[in-house]
Amino acid sequence: MPREGSAFAGVGAVMMKELADNLSSTRMRLLEGLIFITGAGAVYSTIGAVKEVIGEDPFIFLRVFTTGIPPLPSFVGFLGFLIPIIAIALGFDGVNGEFNRRTMSRILAQPIYRDGLLFGKFLAGLATIAMALTALWLFVIGLGILMLGLPPSSEEVWRSLAFLIAAIAYGGVWLALAMLFSVIFRSAATAALAALSVWLLFAFFWQMLVVLITPILAPADPYNIASQVHTVEVGLGIARLSPNTLFSETALAFLNPAERGQNLGVLLPAQLQGAISGPLPFGESVALVWPQVAGLFAAFILLFTIAYVLFQRQEVRA
Amino acid sequence: MSEPVIRAEQLTKTYGRAVAVDHLDLTIEQGEVFGLLGPNGAGKTTTILMLLGLTEPTSGKAVVAGFDPLRQPLEVKRRVGYMPDQVGFYDNLTGLENLRYTAKLCGFRGKDADDRISAAARRVKLEYAMKKEVRTYSRGMRQRLGIAEIVMKGASIAILDEPTSGLDPQASREFLELIRSLKHDGMTIVLSSHLLEMVQSICDRVALFNRGKIGLMGRVGDLMSNVLGGTHVIRIDALGAGVAEAIAKVPGVSRVVPEGGRLRVEAIGDLRADIARAVVGCGGDLKMIDAGEASLEDVYTRYFEGVPNAA
Repeated sequence: MPREGSAFAGVGAVMMKELADNLSSTRMRLLEGLIFITGAGAVYSTIGAVKEVIGEDPFIFLRVFTTGIPPLPSFVGFLGFLIPIIAIALGFDGVNGEFNRRTMSRILAQPIYRDGLLFGKFLAGLATIAMALTALWLFVIGLGILMLGLPPSSEEVWRSLAFLIAAIAYGGVWLALAMLFSVIFRSAATAALAALSVWLLFAFFWQMLVVLITPILAPADPYNIASQVHTVEVGLGIARLSPNTLFSETALAFLNPAERGQNLGVLLPAQLQGAISGPLPFGESVALVWPQVAGLFAAFILLFTIAYVLFQRQEVRA
Repeated sequence: MSEPVIRAEQLTKTYGRAVAVDHLDLTIEQGEVFGLLGPNGAGKTTTILMLLGLTEPTSGKAVVAGFDPLRQPLEVKRRVGYMPDQVGFYDNLTGLENLRYTAKLCGFRGKDADDRISAAARRVKLEYAMKKEVRTYSRGMRQRLGIAEIVMKGASIAILDEPTSGLDPQASREFLELIRSLKHDGMTIVLSSHLLEMVQSICDRVALFNRGKIGLMGRVGDLMSNVLGGTHVIRIDALGAGVAEAIAKVPGVSRVVPEGGRLRVEAIGDLRADIARAVVGCGGDLKMIDAGEASLEDVYTRYFEGVPNAA
């Protein structure tokens, strides 16, 4: 049955309120401290190594993002870990928190649809993530300019901006997941634990699982090159179910112009024969990882849709 | 009489095989104070949520303030203020900030919103606490903030779910006074409660819920005469064998029921003198006798005694 009135009524009001809550919460203070300290630490330690190769690499600035000095991961590697944590922290009590504070039925009795509440909360979370990451991005660029003593080229700015957008989309996936759990579980602690378990699975165990599962699904015949290629492709397919894989591949393509697919899929020597080695233009790098970027957006839309449908069907009474 | 402001026709809600509300018919007129009574789980809250469009009825329909809550929920929610059972506010925000948020959700901005909020706060006598965080509020203050929200919204219908549960007697009295003043302003008020004394003192009409159905509906006085047969209820504390039987034999006594060590006697009139004589006559010790008027509680008790498995 059609219903009257805009589904977006109240989105602005909910978003501004949630944004104010997010930005002023102690939780956010802690997270900001965490990411700035790790980000600054990663970049600071990296820049020394990057300085050594000034003049050898036209994309010296991008190296600040991607170079890791063992045992420390690179800045991008840090973000791969930290963005999910921020997103989960912002989203895990989004919906069940309203129930637990007994504000849900009172808010929904105002002239808005449930859609407005969910959209508003999600947009506020995404805006918070975007603000934190943009600030961090500017901070890293600034630190780079100061310590390297040269400005980024325009292509480097574009590439790092594209990376920033991918990072925000990656945050959106985890935020949608956290909000989905906040709809499913009435207890905020359970929702947080569930979201953190998924994060742990993808951040640490997924690669092991891929190694375990792939030979079972697609056993490789040592005498048949086609079957070996098939095995590797199945393995990659499974690995890419993880948003972490999608994010790291996207970052690799955006921030490493020399990447032309050799690390992103199966390229046989014959396919690379005659290829001129050297950096790809920005547009080509985008085309290279377009499937991964689309995959991130698809994951986000899928998770958000499930959360949306479940929330619409949920009983309001506590 | 004009068109009723709330009308429910054959309203039904089932959860799986459990029936929460069963073919409910209900009309509430403009300016009435209407009480929904019944044990927990009788379907009061579910009915309220269906009237607000927050729960979809399985079948049947409702019309609230001339709109269909299912298809035009925003119109309904603009006109109806709702205060849920144990109303919650954002503890980390002040009363003022909480109301500002609601005002924004209702589409009031700037000075209009501020004027509405300060008028509403004055109305519920909460101006002094509006700048304090809600976490410092007492239960009664939260309830008043809930009413302030409804006043601020400019609602013509207020639906209050268990509004006085958990209030101390003083806060309860003040709260009832507030509800009376809202009625005086022409607001239609629907409240659910199990505090029967309160309902009796304030409601024009009541509906007694049992297992998703309305068992009885009407004016408090009418219900008393219908259910109790125009009886007086007399409570007696008397010792001695055969006292109850002796009282039952008094002409005009319809029922004698033991109640917490005492006897509740229902009679057609004030038969205290006859009953006292009967008790003394059979050798019993009469320690206490009171002839409270029949109360809604008696109606309630009597009604649910007759209904099997009342929850």
